[in-house]
Order: sequence, then C-alpha cells, then structure tokens
Amino acid sequence: MTRLFVPRDALSVAVGADELAAALAQACPDATIIRNGSRGMAWLEPLLEVQTESGRIGYGPVEAADVPGLLAAGFLAGGAHPKRIGRPEEMPFLARQTRITFARCGITDPVSLSDYRAHGGLIGLTRALSMGGADIVDELVKSGLRGRGGAGFPTGIKWRTVMQAQAPQKYIVCNADEGDSGTFADRMVMEGDPFLLIEGMIIAGIAVGATQGYVYLRSEYPQAVTAMNQAIAAARQEAVLGAQVLGSAFAFDMEVRVGAGAYVCGEETSLLDSLEGKRGQVRAKPPLPALSGFLGRPTVVNNVLSLAAVPDILAGGAAAYQALGVGRSRGTMPVQLAGNIKHGGLFEVPFGITLGELVMEIGGGTASGRPVRAVQVGGPLGAYFPPALFDTIFDYEAFTARDGLIGHGGIVVFDDTVDMARMARFAMEFCAIESCGKCTPCRIGSTRGVEVLDRIIAGDTGQLGLLADLCETMKFGSLCALGGFTPYPVMSAVRHFPEDFAPRQHALAAE
Amino acid sequence: MQPSSSAAKIAELTADIIAPYLGREGPAMPMLHAIQAAFGFVPQASVPVVANALNLSRAEVHGIVSFYHDFRHAPAGRTVLKLCRAEACQSSGADRVAAHASARLGISWHETTADGAITLEPVFCLGLCAAAPCGMVNDRSVARLDTARLDAILENAR
Repeated sequence: MTRLFVPRDALSVAVGADELAAALAQACPDATIIRNGSRGMAWLEPLLEVQTESGRIGYGPVEAADVPGLLAAGFLAGGAHPKRIGRPEEMPFLARQTRITFARCGITDPVSLSDYRAHGGLIGLTRALSMGGADIVDELVKSGLRGRGGAGFPTGIKWRTVMQAQAPQKYIVCNADEGDSGTFADRMVMEGDPFLLIEGMIIAGIAVGATQGYVYLRSEYPQAVTAMNQAIAAARQEAVLGAQVLGSAFAFDMEVRVGAGAYVCGEETSLLDSLEGKRGQVRAKPPLPALSGFLGRPTVVNNVLSLAAVPDILAGGAAAYQALGVGRSRGTMPVQLAGNIKHGGLFEVPFGITLGELVMEIGGGTASGRPVRAVQVGGPLGAYFPPALFDTIFDYEAFTARDGLIGHGGIVVFDDTVDMARMARFAMEFCAIESCGKCTPCRIGSTRGVEVLDRIIAGDTGQLGLLADLCETMKFGSLCALGGFTPYPVMSAVRHFPEDFAPRQHALAAE
Repeated sequence: MQPSSSAAKIAELTADIIAPYLGREGPAMPMLHAIQAAFGFVPQASVPVVANALNLSRAEVHGIVSFYHDFRHAPAGRTVLKLCRAEACQSSGADRVAAHASARLGISWHETTADGAITLEPVFCLGLCAAAPCGMVNDRSVARLDTARLDAILENAR
C-alpha cells in the first residue's frame, strides 16, 4: 500500500495541508496518509512525501489543486513534476544540519508510540531507569547542556539543586510558552515529536525525584495542545507514563496546561504563578524555583528544547553531546530562520556557525530579494544586528560580547525597507502591552519609552540622551527580562542604525 | 448562550462547568478556559462562583480574568480575525495587511463590526514566522497572508 506523508504541523496547515490531505484521500483512496511533523523547510510547505522503492520522494509546496497534475505525472511512484524536490534529506538545507533534537521530526507519525520506539525513542529513558538520580544529573552536567529558553543556565546544575532539596512532592514544569517572535522550535517538537518531550520530562522526574509534570503551553498553539494531549494519552496507555514507568518502580504523570495570551508568562516565575491560577506576575528571586517553585515546592522549570535534548544525551552519552559546539556552548542549537527570508525554517546545528552563514548561505537572504539591512536575534528582547556583524558566531558568550543574546535561537530578517526607529518604538510598545505591572522600570519605563521615541521620530533628536538614560534604568532596575532586556532591541537600533533616528526631513526630501 | 440568560442561570451553569476541576492543583486557569469555551466570554455572573469555589475574593478572580489577554468580558463577533503584529510578520508586510483589514472592515484593533460579524484583534506571534505574515480565523491558522488572501477570508466570514 502506498504511504503518503502530509504534515500536521501548524505552519503546514496554515498554508493548506488539511485541504491537501483531503484532496489526496479522495484522489488516492488506496493510499495511507500519514500526518507527519514538518521537516522544517518552511518555503516547501505543504511538503508532500511519497514512500517509493528509492526512499521518500518530496513534492513542495503542494496545494490541493496540484493533486490531479501530480497524479498524471505519476507521483505515487516518484514521477517527475516541477514541484518534485527528490529525497528531502538530500536537500542542502537538511544535509548541512546535525539533527539530534529534530532527528525524527517530519519522519515519523508524531502520535504513534510504536513509530517513536522504532526510530530510537525511549532508549534514553530505559538507560535512565537503570541509573540513580545522581548519576543522571552527573551525565547532564557533563554534557554541558545549557537552558535553551534563553538564559543559558546549566541544566544539570538546576536539576542537582532540585534533587538535593527535601520535600514530599517535587515537580517538573516545562516552559512551552514560546512567545518570542521568530521562534517556533518548541512548537515543532510538540507537534512533530511530542514523545521526545514526554521522555525528557520523565527522565527529569526520575533524576530529581518528581512524580508530576506540567507543560505550560501557550494558547496560540492549538495544534501543539492537541498533539501533546494525544501523545500523553498514548503514553499512559502503554505505561510509559503512570504509576510504573515502563514497568519500573518509578511513577510519573503529566498534564498540559494552556496559557491565556500573556507573553510575560514565558518568564519562569510568572509562569509558575499562572500555573497556580494567579495573575502571571513575576516573583522576586530568591527563593529560586528550584527550591520554592510550583505551590512553593522544589520545581525544575526547563524549556521544551532543554528537556527534548535530554533523551539523546542519556542514550548517546554525555561525551558525544559535549563533543559538539564551541567554548561553553555545547551540543546543538535548533536555529529558527524567520521573517523576510528566502529559505526560512528550522536549522539544527552545533554552536559555532556564524550569523552570516545562517542568514545568507542557508537562509539565502531576503524573500523580497532586496538587501538584508538588519536581523533581530533572540526574539523581541534581542538585539538588532547589521550585516557588518555577520561574523558573530552562534554562541552564548559571543553574542553577549556584542551586546546581544541568542535567546531561544530565533533570527528575524528585515530588508532595506525597514525603519529601525519604528522597530525601536515597537519594542517599547510591546513591553508596555505585555508588562505584568509588578516593577516600575518596566511598567512605567516602557510607556515613557514609547513617548520619547515618538518625539525622536518627530525630529527631536535631543531626546536620544534621555532614551539611553531610560534604557539604563530599565536594564538594571527591572525585576525580569521583559523590562530588563527591552533596551537591547532599542539601543542596538540606535547604535547600529543612527541614520534612522536623525531628523526625518532628509528622507522625505529624497522620496 | 442567549443574551437574555439570567445571572442565576449563568451561575448555575458555571458551577457545573468548574466542578471537574475542583480537586486539581492550580485549577483557576482551566476553569476560566472552560467557562469561556462554554459562554464565549467570562460572564460577570461566573466570577463569584469561581471565587467561592477557590476561596478567593471576587476582586481576586476579577484580577486574574483581567490580567490575561485571552479572557473576554463580552462576546466577540461571529468570526474573530487575529492578525500577528510581531516582528517577523512586520518584516514581511503585516502592517500593510492589517491596515487593509482595518480599512475594509471600518474598525480598528479590539473592535467588532456593527453587524456583529467580525472582531479584529492583534496577536503577538503564532509561531508561523517562516511563513509570515500570519493570523488566525477563529481556531484556524492562516499564513503567507496578503491583501488578496485576506479579502477571500473576509468574504467567507460575512
């Protein structure tokens, strides 16, 4: 029987994958249609694949209206067609990657546990069950894995703190509130390989002695909520989750909790308050969530990508993971290429690649065909970089040294039509909309920032000193990264694109 | 839900809706989501019921409801059109698409057309940033938006 693959990934669905699957079901009633995850080549979505004798052959981007033409071209046997891309894994975009976290994404049926096992799933968990908590934590520490949410804190050290804490109940909380513009790796894991996250959370539970997990998942990701819930149900069915994990003495269960549209809940302490059912306001630290987290109990709060890296570290050993990367940034980073980019999508690569390689060689420059003027790295709180800084290597410390951050690994590309003063104003506006209101520099500073930028845009460049002063206050006086990091996009725009902050008469005269 | 439903009826329904969540850890958010799923918004009359169940004051529950962008205080239009305003979508023409939607519908952000057909709302990132600009039409995500695609969506929603 012919096997066809049409992604169920939210991006693919948003560009017509459901309609394509329906058209294929009608046109090829004998074929089995598998709704896989996305391979991460966004410009080819919906990417239709067909299983042939010479492997899987891809066609993309395919619309429902293309189905009769594809049938006439004999696509069921991999026939020639203008949209035929050949074997997806031989595409340079995929061939250049080192896929560890995303090894299965796009290949398997995301909610089939037997598919997951057949492609190397649960090996890490099986090994973890034979180790003690302390040995698992040691393995994590040795791997050099740092929190992929943005802060880059060593995951193993966080786990050790929770492991050593004494409490009757501990928790694993997965931060799946991926609100940064330009990031979608968490979403792709949850929609394309949800068992990987489940396995990572169970291993974390065994390591620190937690029996309950929560995935705090943003409401903007309905397909991810569905996929995670389906996978959790399947895992319970086969005793991967439950009172005896894989027949062992360990218990672990988990639940998806849906957010409600507050960006600040991606900050771990406001996430915990939201999970407890309160306003999602930031807590002062200390106490650390590791010691006093969900309901005041010891809690591991990790990003989706951090937890999703764990099963492979356990399966392949810390040394193999640690061998990848540069400096203190070890392993791979799923980089997300987004915005005005020709070849956008998910590109997993060891740390150490340059920003220019990612944007120009792999991403192919802008989708509009105009010159790249700026890229924002690390979401709405990340700095804007001009092409002059494209030699910056993807590494936590290298970005810090250039007053930026890699954050969650998102890169948003802008062409030469972008107005950087407007982007700086937007950063302040976004902070004002999303501020939780707890601390003054963020709550008031962001509103004052919008006003100051409005005056600068109106031509009062004498206000630039005031803007710098305000940014200093926000950076050092805010309770969390929302107010504290909003100065990154603002001041990087001022520093690297000063011409956009000059009086506007020149621009008007030139038009 | 009929607009004529009395507060007492809403309170009674609310009690049934939240009952399954009572024993759970941190139940407020799942309760509020369930209430909004049933009524289309979080009615005033639901607030004291939730407050009573969680041993909170009404003011505290109001504080939770009003903190989150998702929770509505009044019903939305029949179709909710959310357009992403975040950076990746801005880089790919989101402002143009939003201006077009606003002009065509004659409403701005957070407003509903006079016939109650469409509510226009901003959203900050749907994770479809490699197919920008994007949005949501009720529960359905749409990407690679341009003014023509938006016109087709608005036609269907009328």
